[in-house]
Amino acid sequence: MPTRIFGERIKRAEDPRLLTGRGRFVDDIDLPGQLHVAFLRSPHAHARVRAIDASAARAMEGVVAVWTYTDIGPCQRRMPLLIPHPDLTHPYTRFALARDEVNHVGEPVAMVIAESRYLAEDALEAIAVDWEELPPVVDIEAAVRPDAPLVHEELGTNVAAHYVGIVGDPDRAFASAAHVFRERLVIERSASMPIEPRAILATWDDTDGVLRVWDTTQAPIVIRNALAALFGLAPTQVHVVAPDVGGGFGGKIMVYPEEVLVPYAALALRRPVKWTEDRFEHFVGTNHERLQIHDAEIAVDSEGRILGVRDRFLHDAGAYTPYGIIVPIITACQLPGPYKVPNYHVEFRAVYSNTVPVSPYRGAGRPHACFVMERLMDRVADELGLDRAEVRQRNFIQPDEFPYDVGLIFQDGAPTRYDSGNYPAMLDRLLQEMDYHRLVSEELPRLRAEGRYVGLGIACYVEGTGIGPYEGAHVRVEPTGHVYVATGMPQQGQAHQTVLAQIVAEELQVPVETVHVIEGDTAHFEFGSGTYASRSAVVAGSAVALAARSVREQGLRLAAEELEVDPADLLVEDGRVFVRGTPERGFTWAQLAQLANPLRYAYAGDLAVRPRPWSGPALPQGRQPALEATEYYSPPHATWASGAVGAVIEVDPATGLLQFHRLWVVHDCGKVINPMVVEGQIHGGIAQGIGGAFYERLHYDENGQLLNASFMDFLIPTAMEIPRIEVAHLETPSPLNPLGVKGVGEAGAIPLPALVAAAVEDALRPFQVHVTRMPLSPDELLRLIHTEA
Amino acid sequence: MSTNGVERKRIRLTVNGAPVERDVEARLLLSDFLRHELGLTGTHVGCEHGVCGACTVLVDGEPARSCLMFAVQADGHTVETVEGLATGDDALHPLQRAFWEKHGLQCGYCTPGMLMVLKAFLAENPNPTEGEVREAISGNLCRCTGYQNIVEAALEAARLMRQLS
Repeated sequence: MPTRIFGERIKRAEDPRLLTGRGRFVDDIDLPGQLHVAFLRSPHAHARVRAIDASAARAMEGVVAVWTYTDIGPCQRRMPLLIPHPDLTHPYTRFALARDEVNHVGEPVAMVIAESRYLAEDALEAIAVDWEELPPVVDIEAAVRPDAPLVHEELGTNVAAHYVGIVGDPDRAFASAAHVFRERLVIERSASMPIEPRAILATWDDTDGVLRVWDTTQAPIVIRNALAALFGLAPTQVHVVAPDVGGGFGGKIMVYPEEVLVPYAALALRRPVKWTEDRFEHFVGTNHERLQIHDAEIAVDSEGRILGVRDRFLHDAGAYTPYGIIVPIITACQLPGPYKVPNYHVEFRAVYSNTVPVSPYRGAGRPHACFVMERLMDRVADELGLDRAEVRQRNFIQPDEFPYDVGLIFQDGAPTRYDSGNYPAMLDRLLQEMDYHRLVSEELPRLRAEGRYVGLGIACYVEGTGIGPYEGAHVRVEPTGHVYVATGMPQQGQAHQTVLAQIVAEELQVPVETVHVIEGDTAHFEFGSGTYASRSAVVAGSAVALAARSVREQGLRLAAEELEVDPADLLVEDGRVFVRGTPERGFTWAQLAQLANPLRYAYAGDLAVRPRPWSGPALPQGRQPALEATEYYSPPHATWASGAVGAVIEVDPATGLLQFHRLWVVHDCGKVINPMVVEGQIHGGIAQGIGGAFYERLHYDENGQLLNASFMDFLIPTAMEIPRIEVAHLETPSPLNPLGVKGVGEAGAIPLPALVAAAVEDALRPFQVHVTRMPLSPDELLRLIHTEA
Repeated sequence: MSTNGVERKRIRLTVNGAPVERDVEARLLLSDFLRHELGLTGTHVGCEHGVCGACTVLVDGEPARSCLMFAVQADGHTVETVEGLATGDDALHPLQRAFWEKHGLQCGYCTPGMLMVLKAFLAENPNPTEGEVREAISGNLCRCTGYQNIVEAALEAARLMRQLS
């Protein structure tokens, strides 16, 4: 019998070194003769740079160079627009070091390169900048008014993009509806906040003429290609490694100024150069996400069935649009969620502000979409006197309606087409896990009778995952029996080395420990884009499976030739390929790899390869000297995961504090490769979702100063705030890829704002509180209680 | 002694059981000393303002934020880092085994701090409740795991350690 490896709770290959302090994060690497960089960053949200005097800093002991815009050679070009879009009519990207204007607090203005980081930071204080302050634009509602000051004068507008998507005939649907409900809904600004800040180390290797870069990036191949183009080097002359990376969550996918400036310094100075971001820099120098203001309305019939949705929203783009309008496009496309919305009008304006630029953070526009849609569904239920679960059941896309077209073009340029799912079963399962009806009819009334403010919420979501364009993988069986796997995807904690090994081990029926996955190193794999959009297991996983299957076929063919049998009579089990019924007639994978390569292996022991009479070239035409394959997988469009969450929470009306009693998740990400890893992803997403629902808000004042740029003031939940999470899996395989898998990375983060809003509202029914903003906070809850009461 | 006009001082301390003697700048952080002078890069730095807990080490057996201490303050003291937890490749500390078993880490960045704080905690409280574990690690931020499997791992480690003692 084949051994089942795919789908098993296999312990992670990554862990032993990470647990013993032998991980290798970028800042862990020190090279001899290394220099250190510190950046001077703008203290103003919007200002003109009249002059910079760095002479005193340059004269300081230990300072090797102080650079401003004029000193940075090829890096003087504007930073790239990574993802254009036809509706992004007014894109704008920055200069790596400000040329003549800064547009947010934290924008890099000058860089000091010194013998130590301590000395580099000392020198920052000696740089004098002559600023001319300009009016800051912070409030995006004010920013779209005709008389608003402009973030970028030459654009003539603060509106970067105006998008309209229409499905069906929304106006007619609204005109004929029994009920129309309107909401104004806001999700505030937040950010990924990985515990490891960004870091870059670069060195020019003169021996082989290669620029080596270690970068905390989620996309090393993108960085390599950018650096090669920028510096006029062949791609093979740039070697980028994303080694162990301490969390990413979206914020580490970009081409940031530091990612070109540090390698340029290494090239120009011919010494290793390192920069490690400190936490304050991370708050003001690494991209943010989330702020959107929605004016949404829903039209339903008298039974609560959706006739149409209209939503107009403002999206805060921050100061620049290097990542295009991916986030609001995702919001627009995913807003209908798991429901049939036959008529849909969605429209947004992406608006510049003098704040840190916005690019995806775990969820990437989806938490906003889910918050809007689920708030509308709750409103329909409450207005029509229906159970909140029942309203959802009445509107779900049914299992026999897949593939289901939402009718809009998704982030990857492909149709927003749900491939598979079973939403009614998903919600049923959640209600069963929760013992929903008992909660509603017995438990909550009992607790409320004790005077406690307990509430129940549910929320459902979908997640477009596993988008293209493609990823690839190389799989090779070595003559030692080891299996080498390389992909272009780096990881930031998602267990790729384990789950990709499981895929290969399953195909070849070898012990998972013999499969070594190398990732995030452009010397090992040169094609692909990176880790984002919950796509690694789907896209790289599928490529790995295809490559492993090709290697399996090669092994079968070779064994059949050597054994003079039909390949169909061979079995692959227990690390061997052998003849059905006579297991002694066969080869281990190591022997097959040796057979494939007609060379002698010193020290290899009992070889399968024996001298044989001449019968032509040692390597006949069409044969390669290894069992190896490179395959690519390019999905036709996203594959759609889904989930439902439920919670019972309690609010203390005296303190405004919120406590979870129970928190349930039913999640469907198709076939599960490793349930332990999937649960870990869900737990982590939920924790960030709880942060986004009650704790984490980046707070800008009217001058564009970020008021809470430290972990003292920006509250990431601790183990005290995150409750036990009860996870159940459904498996509706994706028909789109060879493994039937869907992504899971962002799942948990998506529904939590919607869930907490519903539960808080339920808990505070006596005060008739209506939750329309996220995140909440103790202050905000108290304000709601006292205003509404 | 001074270079670059910065005062240097000779310090002697014990790190993971071995004596260490170095000349350091007075302003050198203990975290930077451990990582970049001694090459003990298992201790991570996440915020440099004493909140995230990634840089937690044990100083004379007590958890301390190495980003909030100068190396010179460790003069004459005993420092333990994550590198000192396992006694060999096949001899992971019960905490390390439990974290592996229970999937108590994802990116691994907060992990050394978690392990060190839990080492001190379990020495004080070998049979903790879930709530006590949560409180014990509430000074350490994790952005990946949602803490649940860290809590499971800590409880499992406590069980393993009770069996051993």
